[in-house]
Amino acid sequence: MAVIRDVMPAFELFQPTSVEDAQAVLNRYGADAWVLAGGLDSLDWLKDRIKRPQAVVDLGAIAALKGIRPWQGGLEIGAMTTLTEVVRHPVVREEYSILLEAAEAAASPQIRNQGTIGGNVSQDTRCWYYRAGWPCYRAGGNICYADTPEAINREHAILGADRCVAVNPSDTAPALVALDAQMVIRAADGGERVVAAEDYFVGPDINITRMTILEPGDILTAIRLPRTWAGAQFYFEKIRDRQVWDFALVSVASAMVLNGSMIERIRLAVNGVAARPLRLRAVEALVAGRPRNEATAVVAANLAIEGAQPLRFNAYKVPLMRNLVKRAIRGVEAATWTS
Amino acid sequence: MPGKYIGRNYTPPDLVAKVTGRAKYAEDFRAEGMLFTKLLLSPMPHARVRSIDASAALAMPGVRAILTADDLPDLGGQERALTNEPRYAGEPILAVAAVDELTAAEAVERIQVGFEPLPFVTNALDTLRPDGPNPRLDGNAWGPPPPPREGAPPALPPFETVKWTTEDFAEEAQGRLPMGRPLEEWAYGDLEAGFAAAALVLDETFVVQSTGHHPMETRSAMAYWRNGKLYLHGSTQSVAQTRGNIARWVGIDPEDVILICEYTGGGFGSKGGGAVSMSIPALLSRKANAPVMMRITREDESYIGRARTNMTGRVKIGFAKDGRITALDFFIVQDTGAYGPLADHRSAGNAASLIYQPPAMRWRAVNVATNTPPRSQQRSPGPMQANGIIEPVITKAARQLGLDQVAIRRINAPEGKAPFGPVLPSGERNHVTSAFVKAALDRGAMLFNWEERKARAGKRQGTTIRGVGVTVGPHGAGSIGWDSIMTLRPDGRLYVQSGVGNLGTHSMVDLARVAAEVLDMPWEKVEVIWGDTGKHLPWTCPSVGSQTTHGMTRANHAGAMDARRKLQEIAARDLGGSPGDYTVGGERVFRRDNPSRGMSYVQAARRAIELGGRYDGHELPKDINPMTRASATALAGLGLMGVAKDTYGRDGVTYSFVIGFAEVEVDIETGAVRVVDFLGVGDVGTVVNPRSLLAQIKGGACLGIAHALFQKSVVEPRYGVSLTDRFHYSKPLTILDVPVAMQADALDLPDPETPVGARGVGEPPVGAAYGAVMSAIADAVGEDVFRRAPVTADIILMSLEHGRRMHEPLRMHV
Repeated sequence: MAVIRDVMPAFELFQPTSVEDAQAVLNRYGADAWVLAGGLDSLDWLKDRIKRPQAVVDLGAIAALKGIRPWQGGLEIGAMTTLTEVVRHPVVREEYSILLEAAEAAASPQIRNQGTIGGNVSQDTRCWYYRAGWPCYRAGGNICYADTPEAINREHAILGADRCVAVNPSDTAPALVALDAQMVIRAADGGERVVAAEDYFVGPDINITRMTILEPGDILTAIRLPRTWAGAQFYFEKIRDRQVWDFALVSVASAMVLNGSMIERIRLAVNGVAARPLRLRAVEALVAGRPRNEATAVVAANLAIEGAQPLRFNAYKVPLMRNLVKRAIRGVEAATWTS
Repeated sequence: MPGKYIGRNYTPPDLVAKVTGRAKYAEDFRAEGMLFTKLLLSPMPHARVRSIDASAALAMPGVRAILTADDLPDLGGQERALTNEPRYAGEPILAVAAVDELTAAEAVERIQVGFEPLPFVTNALDTLRPDGPNPRLDGNAWGPPPPPREGAPPALPPFETVKWTTEDFAEEAQGRLPMGRPLEEWAYGDLEAGFAAAALVLDETFVVQSTGHHPMETRSAMAYWRNGKLYLHGSTQSVAQTRGNIARWVGIDPEDVILICEYTGGGFGSKGGGAVSMSIPALLSRKANAPVMMRITREDESYIGRARTNMTGRVKIGFAKDGRITALDFFIVQDTGAYGPLADHRSAGNAASLIYQPPAMRWRAVNVATNTPPRSQQRSPGPMQANGIIEPVITKAARQLGLDQVAIRRINAPEGKAPFGPVLPSGERNHVTSAFVKAALDRGAMLFNWEERKARAGKRQGTTIRGVGVTVGPHGAGSIGWDSIMTLRPDGRLYVQSGVGNLGTHSMVDLARVAAEVLDMPWEKVEVIWGDTGKHLPWTCPSVGSQTTHGMTRANHAGAMDARRKLQEIAARDLGGSPGDYTVGGERVFRRDNPSRGMSYVQAARRAIELGGRYDGHELPKDINPMTRASATALAGLGLMGVAKDTYGRDGVTYSFVIGFAEVEVDIETGAVRVVDFLGVGDVGTVVNPRSLLAQIKGGACLGIAHALFQKSVVEPRYGVSLTDRFHYSKPLTILDVPVAMQADALDLPDPETPVGARGVGEPPVGAAYGAVMSAIADAVGEDVFRRAPVTADIILMSLEHGRRMHEPLRMHV
């Protein structure tokens, strides 16, 4: 049978106004249901007729999932809050500016007006073999087309690959990991669980067909930002080909608290190098208690890339990740240091 | 001829419709009982269709007809809209018409096509290997074009098989382009003596990428038939010149085609004469006996929407101590895609000989077909690629010789009636009509604060280094011999028929500014008729090759002068004296020595109708094209008609030049490049429409910047399918990727070989920006950091990290 893409097939569209109603529909349709947030990831899949759900549950009408509220001295961001709203929020700007920078680095102004933070962290990988509908491991097959001698894999993983070499495309994910954000998930049975942002994402070793821990029927309802890193020294940088409407080749996010010139504590995450945003715990442990200087930045950067295994076209990601980690340790104000 | 209208800004008549969304593009039209069609595309890069089983699809409710290659007229071996031997993945095999798109798509999914896979090749060098596969059953490369025959359309070059030897490929391992037997070649001057006399000889290879055209509007089209005539709403750059193509693709007479295209959402060369896919809704509509709409998706467009020919070039250049080029040896392997043949490689050779004026030069090329999406001319086809291949070498030479980058371009720059290209059968070389490149370089250097920017280049600031670059972008910029029709009517208005496409340049309106100028007609009383071949359009140049402003200002100058002469004759006839005693102005024709004695345009228009004959279009000039004749005949009797063919002389070939100046900032820790500033200075003749001209320079430069930094096409080598099948993979530039303060300027010096003085501008900025940005990167981080485009962060970072180039030296479509 012939294949045709870029034409949206028919499906039942549900636009519930409460999470309960949404989950009722999800439970009814089970594996044939699809959760739609801003649609930037979903509509590609649907238009390409690769994901063929019977029912699409649009969360856009659920008021409870929208908006940014104070929460235990920090913030709770509804999963359906648009990236533009995140960027414009005064407390995000003042206390969690790293999330502002990350959200603002996503896609284009038009896409940020439509795209949600919940969708941004939950989106599928952009591996072009997988997205084109090739029957790879992630699609349930038994080959990785991106990891062959001739494959064009400039955008793919250098760390944590396990059969699949796709990477996580989210811009906000590493910032949320660096902020120790908490992901609030409502399960199909109505129960709620809260997991650390770091644990929200899964690599192919855990589940090769998914990017997050969300099970069918689960809905990410909110993202909480604790006070832990509010007002810390932040660093975010995303390297991409095109300054607009492009995914990261590699991105880095860090939150740091200094004591004098010493690094008292730090969170550090990178994305674009593995199937999940990687929190660099070893680097965090190494630099804590050290002076914030070029020497610390260099040892941190060299440790960060240990174990990296580049493919044919993505060896550049090793020095790029190393240098971004170096810059994250140095911070913005020290950008004039030279190595 | 600057005056009241030429050289002044104005509000084009299509503006309000465009900015309010009222402008209707092809897919905005609807017709009673309209069906929709969807295409079945080949999943394989090369195959033979063995069987088509559409029974399940045809049994679906709502499915009305299926069109296959067997329903299409034979085009003498040239590309058709559907095929039984797909030569690239994504080539349309058949089209299904149904009551809606959803049904059509579901019908496509139920069709079984039996394919027999055939050998394929995606990398042009691979097919040249001794045992390399051929992209087509009949060979792998286009030979030299046969000599032109008087009065006959240009014949297709022969399709041949060329294989190089293992020895020819010996240099491949060093990253240098192998140079086996070329199929085309020319040379002039003493190449060996030139190299022997050189103080510096450089020999470098460069890979220019292919890029999809990707206009915002895809090649959607809607068609229906009425009384044996085909009505087609399509998207084209050239309205008048597309009618004949549609007729040929559909297999009917041009007189039976009515093409409606008032607005075109971009083309960049991919819709030069329309698109062969227009024949699908046309023929499907006839078969289904209902109007058919074909909405081309972005994915479809990525396959059938055309792309630039990629070129791997190798150039050996000798330089004297002062930077003057002593000899230039240029070899090109061009990938012309699944169909073709394109002639970018020839234009590249001509451009190199023009902008560097080498006293001795050899050009050799092989024009290879591959199983990759079809190519067509893309904004500056050839000269842009030449800029890409050669400019980094000039930059490197400047550094090694201790010369300023502007100075080395200036000393080699063409001036006046500069010669270019090979020696012709006449024994002479071609020359341009005029070139003021040195003046443009000087003006640009001043406006760009070149010296100041140069002084800060190369110095590290934190982790960044700035660099500056300059490039002379050339392109052919004008044809001759086209027609115009205009009528001065008793309602007091001047109606100018424009067969130019409305692809955003406003050249379709600018031509009427010339008529208004010649006739001193108030602009608000000028009506431009465009966008519909049912509205009696004259024989008009295709809007490709930056020729329209030149070609059609000439034709409309001739037509307006014809109207002016007729006004003078009518006045002399009725008011005495000879026509020469009269002049025009203030909507009157009057005696020079007694302005009160004259008649108004309204009176003259009435009088022309009374007189008939040549005055109102009942008698027409002998030399106009049959299309013009038919249109003028239909308009005869409406008023005083100006109708003429451009027979003005021209000494030389018309070329325009834009000088690009770029400053970039490269972050050596990430490889990221930021364009800090860009200036384009045009040597493009008289400026007709300043606002539009400067927009063209900036817009063309945007394309060049995108090509330098990120835009590309990627083909999976093992499976032969395109991976850049969406916008965000192929990465065209967005407005947020260019400096806010990008500048443009023009010399505004008239070309002496055309009455209005204007040359075209659309294309030269592309190569100017492509070369300038890459030269600026080379200036910042070293000339040997990259030998391919786009120059992405990974290329720069890896080279800096390892102290040598690490990128794939010769592979295409990466």
